[in-house]
Amino acid sequence: MGSVKAELLRLWKWPATWVLIGVWLVMTLTFGYVFNYLALNGGTNTRAMSQQQLISAMQPENVGAAVVRGLPMFGGAIILVLAALAVGSGYGWGTWKTTLTAGPRRVSAMAGTLGALAIIVVVLVALTFVVDLGAAVTVASLEGWDWSLPGAGVFEALGASLLIAAMWTGFGVFLGVVTKGPALAVGLGLMWAIVTENLLRGVGSLLGPVESLTEVLPGGSAGNLAGAVGGSGAPGVLNSLSGTTSALFLAGYVVVFVGAATVLKVRRDLV
Amino acid sequence: MIVTTEKLTKRYGDRAVVDEVSLSVRRGEVYGFLGPNGAGKTTTIRMLLGLVQPTSGTATVLGEAPGTPGALLKVGSLIEGPGFYPYLSGRDNLRVHAARRGAGRTEVEAALEQVDLVAAAGEKFRRYSLGMKQRLGVAAALLGQPELLILDEPTNGLDPAGMADMRDLVRALAAQGQTVLLSSHLLGEVEEICDRVGVISRGRLVAESTVEQLRGDSVLLVRADPIEKAHVLIEGSSLHGDVLHVRETDAGALVRTLVHADVDVQEVRPLRRTLEEVFFEMTGAA
Repeated sequence: MGSVKAELLRLWKWPATWVLIGVWLVMTLTFGYVFNYLALNGGTNTRAMSQQQLISAMQPENVGAAVVRGLPMFGGAIILVLAALAVGSGYGWGTWKTTLTAGPRRVSAMAGTLGALAIIVVVLVALTFVVDLGAAVTVASLEGWDWSLPGAGVFEALGASLLIAAMWTGFGVFLGVVTKGPALAVGLGLMWAIVTENLLRGVGSLLGPVESLTEVLPGGSAGNLAGAVGGSGAPGVLNSLSGTTSALFLAGYVVVFVGAATVLKVRRDLV
Repeated sequence: MIVTTEKLTKRYGDRAVVDEVSLSVRRGEVYGFLGPNGAGKTTTIRMLLGLVQPTSGTATVLGEAPGTPGALLKVGSLIEGPGFYPYLSGRDNLRVHAARRGAGRTEVEAALEQVDLVAAAGEKFRRYSLGMKQRLGVAAALLGQPELLILDEPTNGLDPAGMADMRDLVRALAAQGQTVLLSSHLLGEVEEICDRVGVISRGRLVAESTVEQLRGDSVLLVRADPIEKAHVLIEGSSLHGDVLHVRETDAGALVRTLVHADVDVQEVRPLRRTLEEVFFEMTGAA
């Protein structure tokens, strides 16, 4: 518990944590509500969505879908950056050396980092939900729609959001440990999340096996889970796999990324 | 013994960075770990803290294997400069460290007071001077009331005043009975502070004893005329150019002997090798 408390204290007071969370909230608000609202009120509908689709996307009862749809790509990228920075920066600052000589076993120290990141990610998803719900209620009130709060189904969407966020967190932690620094970890992570998987999807339209592979890659699995719980109309959201299959792949990635990062952290010399 | 190592070795490929080092640190002493840059001091210390796994050999720290919670919780360390979060204040950095060591706020404040950082405790770590950063590192090492302090080059990069402050701090800790393993390449620092020293060169421990023993017995330097006659008169003396070195502590008797034999005595003074001379001799550094 001491390790989690220590990591939480330093991540909570780290400006980067709140800058990244703030950027994500502005993005989800802008792309999920502001642009849709403007499109609904006389703007050009560039996504070829009907008025009914726009209204549905902004309804408070659909806020769960609004939360999950942003996470497979852009939200995931931000979470990955946060995790990679949180772990990778410790090598440059020399804080891993301080942490690993403080007392707890290396596994406990690593669990502390993972636990604190998990809490931060839960806060991020919860804040996304609250901000999206606030925006949805505001839009619905301004437009005079009949609206209702989300039903129990929202928990499925939020659960999926947390699993997707956990996968990107694990990916960022893994990259931070492997590269032993923040810059390369962030660069590689962003490259993968935003560029590589999309390029592979492009190739996949020409080669069947590559297309099948892209569906189960980290971003693909996240996109499929988001699609399975109602997220749609956002980059990275897919509808190729069932929710269960994609959730299993994501859980597998979490185990592999976190497990590999922990084994490396425990066994590797800190020089 | 607080620390013992037996043939502790670390190899990277074919190169032995630390080569069969066997040393021991006793309770209550300030042990100077001396060696030129790159001699293997920091790697040895990292092995004692479990940061680096030895290729072969064994080590025990306070009776425990290095790197285990049982050992680490009783050891405070500052390795190659302090590692803290630049965006946190000095106090918050200590609180983070205290949480990991199971120490409370009272201990954080006591440690800040001990290193004279209370006034600057609220400032961000990145704004600290090098001396303040080092002192915060020592404060972190003091958290949890460790039985052993391991300080690796604590005066590195400090100005003369900062170095003096750090020496005073280590002296004060030693006076309180704190066991300290102090690694340094600054000989004056070690000579002033340490009870015993281990000298490491090219990965091998070439000597381990008290500073006094390392410097050897003192000799008398005698300048006299004629020097050859004095050399014959004084048994066991050795001629070094135009002076004699005599393993004799009774200078009065020696002078009387020479004067009675009609030898002019021009200078008699004790001569003792400095730790620096011993160090250069042992390590081949110059």
